[in-house]
Amino acid sequence: MTTSTSLVYLIALPLFGATILLLAGRRADKWGHLLATALSASSFGVGLYQLSQMLSRPTEERAVGQKLFSWINVGTFNVDAGLLLDQLSICFVLLITGVGTLIHIYSISYMSHDENRRRFFAYLNLFIAAMLLLVLGDSYLNLYVGWEGVGLASYLLIGFWNQKPAYATASKKAFVMNRIGDMGLSFAIMIAFATLGTVSFSGVEEASHTASKAALTAIGVMLLVAATGKSAQFPLQAWLGDAMAGPTPVSALIHAATMVTAGVYLIIRSNFIFDAAPTAQLLVVIVGAITLLFGAFIGTAKDDIKKALAASTMSQIGYMILGAGLGPAGYAFAIMHLLTHGFFKAGMFLGAGSVMHGMNDQVDMRRYGALRKFMPITFITFGLGYLAIIGVPPFAGFYSKDLIIETAFNAGGVKGILLGSTALLGAAITAFYMTRVMVLTFTSKERWEENQHPHESPILMWLPMAILAIGSVTTGFLFTRGDALANWLNPVFGEHGEGHEEHLFEPIVVSGMALVAVAIGVAIAIMKYQLSEVDSVAPQNVSIFTRIARKDLMQDSFNEAVFMRPGQKLTSLLVRGDESVVDGAVRGIGRTALGAGAVLRKTQTGFARSYAALILIGAIALIAGIWVVTQ
Amino acid sequence: MNPYNYLYVSAILFTIGAVGVVVRRNAIVVFMCVELMLNAANLSFVTFSRINGTLDGQVVAFFTMVVAACEVVVGLAIIVTIYRSRRSASIDDASLLKR
Repeated sequence: MTTSTSLVYLIALPLFGATILLLAGRRADKWGHLLATALSASSFGVGLYQLSQMLSRPTEERAVGQKLFSWINVGTFNVDAGLLLDQLSICFVLLITGVGTLIHIYSISYMSHDENRRRFFAYLNLFIAAMLLLVLGDSYLNLYVGWEGVGLASYLLIGFWNQKPAYATASKKAFVMNRIGDMGLSFAIMIAFATLGTVSFSGVEEASHTASKAALTAIGVMLLVAATGKSAQFPLQAWLGDAMAGPTPVSALIHAATMVTAGVYLIIRSNFIFDAAPTAQLLVVIVGAITLLFGAFIGTAKDDIKKALAASTMSQIGYMILGAGLGPAGYAFAIMHLLTHGFFKAGMFLGAGSVMHGMNDQVDMRRYGALRKFMPITFITFGLGYLAIIGVPPFAGFYSKDLIIETAFNAGGVKGILLGSTALLGAAITAFYMTRVMVLTFTSKERWEENQHPHESPILMWLPMAILAIGSVTTGFLFTRGDALANWLNPVFGEHGEGHEEHLFEPIVVSGMALVAVAIGVAIAIMKYQLSEVDSVAPQNVSIFTRIARKDLMQDSFNEAVFMRPGQKLTSLLVRGDESVVDGAVRGIGRTALGAGAVLRKTQTGFARSYAALILIGAIALIAGIWVVTQ
Repeated sequence: MNPYNYLYVSAILFTIGAVGVVVRRNAIVVFMCVELMLNAANLSFVTFSRINGTLDGQVVAFFTMVVAACEVVVGLAIIVTIYRSRRSASIDDASLLKR
């Protein structure tokens, strides 16, 4: 593999920024945000340089690596801290640094009134560095370091305003739920090491041809657990909604565009494992399908604009996971949806931030309305993202989502029909709840609280939104023109027979069905929210379904009843056991010694004669004993 | 004369000494009783030496006498010191170590 010495700068630049900003402290308050933005942008520059280098090489030599240092060297187990940049990682590198830089720029304005802005930018840079390490690591162990790094950055940023106890709790919740997924990843690494003897991507890929199916399935399932944790997929999805406690740029960057897609990256990077383990692959598909409906249902009932978008993120990542689980046919489409989603969802989150900025941090959509007139740029950029996510041609989401739905239908048999219909239903619900967000926020009647003076955001905020909006318009078209992205990514997925499976439906039919589904969703939403009065307070006499959806489909109640309460019981039981058995034993020894001392001290009278008598009795007893024994 | 008779005498002397140590309070008397026990042991050593026809026991008897002499020097010194400070030679009075 070709070596490139400049790969490390991708990670080193933002890491340097985070270090400087955190160590310099208040001294850096004046210029810290500018340095962080500049370093993020220069990392993006290095990414572009790498892309141009990559384009100038022939297809088979496009992947480059760089060995940083020898990390673990024990017997036959050698792990180098090494980086790998191939066609798959470059997509992520450009997404992370590109969207990341835009969000840095946005945050300069958005966070300008926060006295801890420097710390915020330090964490953002830390996140960029960790996320780049995640996608650039050339082994599962290197990936794991980045994986934990983004978890840390996410935790720090969700709880950025940790003076509010609810926000601090939200960050803790995200961290704890992510730990479950991280455990899956570490198990996967351990199983890979125990059965395959290696943890590097290339080594595992080579070993996967000969490894036992059971081992590969175990690794695959554990990787899926890791992905569900990081990507907020069923059943570890509950943290994402609360993660919206973080500042909105964080929600845009970490909890919409990049970090939550790490699970998709992990599965697609491990394509050789899932290709060889159909059971694990089937589980991936099931998780994706469940989550895409789960998130969509939650999205229909949320009045908090950020939580509605978070539910939508969950659902869209469900699509990606679904695509990633469909095997070689779906990998490229999952990545494509990931990239387009990165654009339109980040754009919409920034739009939501812009709306909140103009509405005194109000997040309740029932208190918005008619903002189109007051925030035209936000309306247009948000609107373009909206058209992209519901899948209206020719916007980005149409291409990527359509391809996933089509691939799902082509999965074959009952499975194909089930998955395809699920994806189609998801598309309809997506159209419904996104239209609801759009209508409630921008086009319906005013339902503001008093003293609201909505105004357009400054240029530093709307410029990133505009650029992301352009991305959400064009990327879908660009990626699919001549199958550009699919051909680009193909070398990463190895050799696969050109399987011409039976097409259940012609592509045009699938597109038609998807458009009809979208139209139905949009129509219902417009009827319900645009053409009729909307309460400015959420009505309480609603159907059981709405009530359940408002409570996130009871995910928290379920977790609390099934895991938290029994867990608390178990720990209190263990504490009691510890107190009575372990502490009891220790205290018992002490008490025995004390009691024995209390009894024995009575023999210590201080009278020399009693000691002499005792010695005499002892001697007599000894002699008597010897006499008895020897007789 | 039957040498075992010496052993009986030795046993009687030892018993008198032991009982004296336990029942008497006067430090000087207790001290004398200890000497009595030592000498009873000496008598046994010499007797066994005679019975067995070796000199080992007699040698040990000399050691015992030397040790007893040393003990007398130290012990009497302690008793005199205690008597000076407490005006009493009763060993039951000197029971302060308990506290």
